[in-house]
Amino acid sequence: MFDFQGYGPSIFGGGILTLELALLSLLLAFTLGLLGALGKMSPSPVLRGISSFYTTLIRGVPDLVWMMLLFFGGQILVNTFFDFLYDVSDGEIDIFVPFNEFTAGVLTIGFIFGAYMAETFRGAIMAVDQGQIEAGKAYGMKPMQVFKRILFPQMMRHAIPGIANNWQVLLKTTALVSVIGLTDMVRLATEAAKSTGDPFKFFIPVAIVYLGISAISDVIFKRLTTVYSVGVEKG
Amino acid sequence: MFDAAIKIFSNSYTWAHYWEGLVTTVQLTLLSLLVGGLLAVPLAIMRTSKNKLINWPVWVFTYVFRGTPLLIQLYMIYYGVTLIEGIQESFWWEIFKHALYPTLIAFSLNTAAYTTEIFRGAIEATPRGEIEAAKAYGMGWGLRMRRIILPSAFRRAIPAYSNEVIFMMHATSIASLVTIIDLLGAARDIYAKYYAPFEAFIFVGLIYLCLTFGILAIFKRIEKKMLAHLAPR
Repeated sequence: MFDFQGYGPSIFGGGILTLELALLSLLLAFTLGLLGALGKMSPSPVLRGISSFYTTLIRGVPDLVWMMLLFFGGQILVNTFFDFLYDVSDGEIDIFVPFNEFTAGVLTIGFIFGAYMAETFRGAIMAVDQGQIEAGKAYGMKPMQVFKRILFPQMMRHAIPGIANNWQVLLKTTALVSVIGLTDMVRLATEAAKSTGDPFKFFIPVAIVYLGISAISDVIFKRLTTVYSVGVEKG
Repeated sequence: MFDAAIKIFSNSYTWAHYWEGLVTTVQLTLLSLLVGGLLAVPLAIMRTSKNKLINWPVWVFTYVFRGTPLLIQLYMIYYGVTLIEGIQESFWWEIFKHALYPTLIAFSLNTAAYTTEIFRGAIEATPRGEIEAAKAYGMGWGLRMRRIILPSAFRRAIPAYSNEVIFMMHATSIASLVTIIDLLGAARDIYAKYYAPFEAFIFVGLIYLCLTFGILAIFKRIEKKMLAHLAPR
């Protein structure tokens, strides 16, 4: 049944790439999400405006459009930037940076899910008792210390269900990078399916891998919920 | 700097092509939502059943369709139908040789899975008292479902369902990967014709953005009307 006609190892490699891509994007999305949430709640109208613009614009346009825009336009953008540097520096700075699909994939997925994460984190921050933050300030902690010691550990409990949700969607979105030339699981399975003429043989195992990753993630997120709920009494 | 954009958008072919794409995107979205929604109602009722034999298969269906990428589902159905023995000689081939039907099947099943879970949540959130009152009136299961449970469940499901509608509209952009000229497919053609990625994709992004806001506005009106009893006073 499991005869992959020699495509097995390469599809396995594609699975590793899918995981790497998903995890790196998650890291970027997490960071952008935190920044976006803090921006949305900041007293400065400029920061609030920028963050709202970011989350609205990203969430209003399909992932695939962002991906193609960055993929087809990315090299032009990079070249224009370094041409500009070349011109202003009178040829002192002469760099050619080849545009890499993997970076494009991580950047696009990270930026897209950063917008979703920002909404998750905003809700989570609002769920933390305001008195906690005031108490931190009263102790003379700097804003960074308040964030690290008081806000972050408490907001994570409220954020984890949302993060888990976003992660599951993010994982599935990585399948789209197959169309911008990255050799992830889906791309390799498509190639194998086309050349052998047997789509189910390759797509079903790939689908099972996705289900497996999301099942494992469920377990990890359950653990994390326990970790971040320490000291919370259940009602 | 804007020369390229002027050249692209002064050509009526560009507008006609984007229009064709817009029509396809709207059709794909509405048809998949219609079929998916019709499938989701019985599936959601089955999913809330206490009988494991009824509940379990629906759970497997929603788990698989929500847990795997839509792209894989589309590829499986799109490439899979060609494998059915003898289909290329039958009249079905006239229908299935176009990418549209496999795509509609994939999208409908996918949105059916998500909608089933949304409706299930709404059905399970029915206040106990309403069901007890219905039973006290002597209503049977079918009558109770039709008159009491489903109408209030559909109302409760509106906010979550509006998200699903937007997701589905965005997801239809995947159709462009199996040769369908939807909005994104049109943008890819324009990109290829003029080699102008920014003009082609930013313009199509703006159309999607307008569609998203349009859907949000429609649902805001529906919510105002249907959920008026829940509005803060």
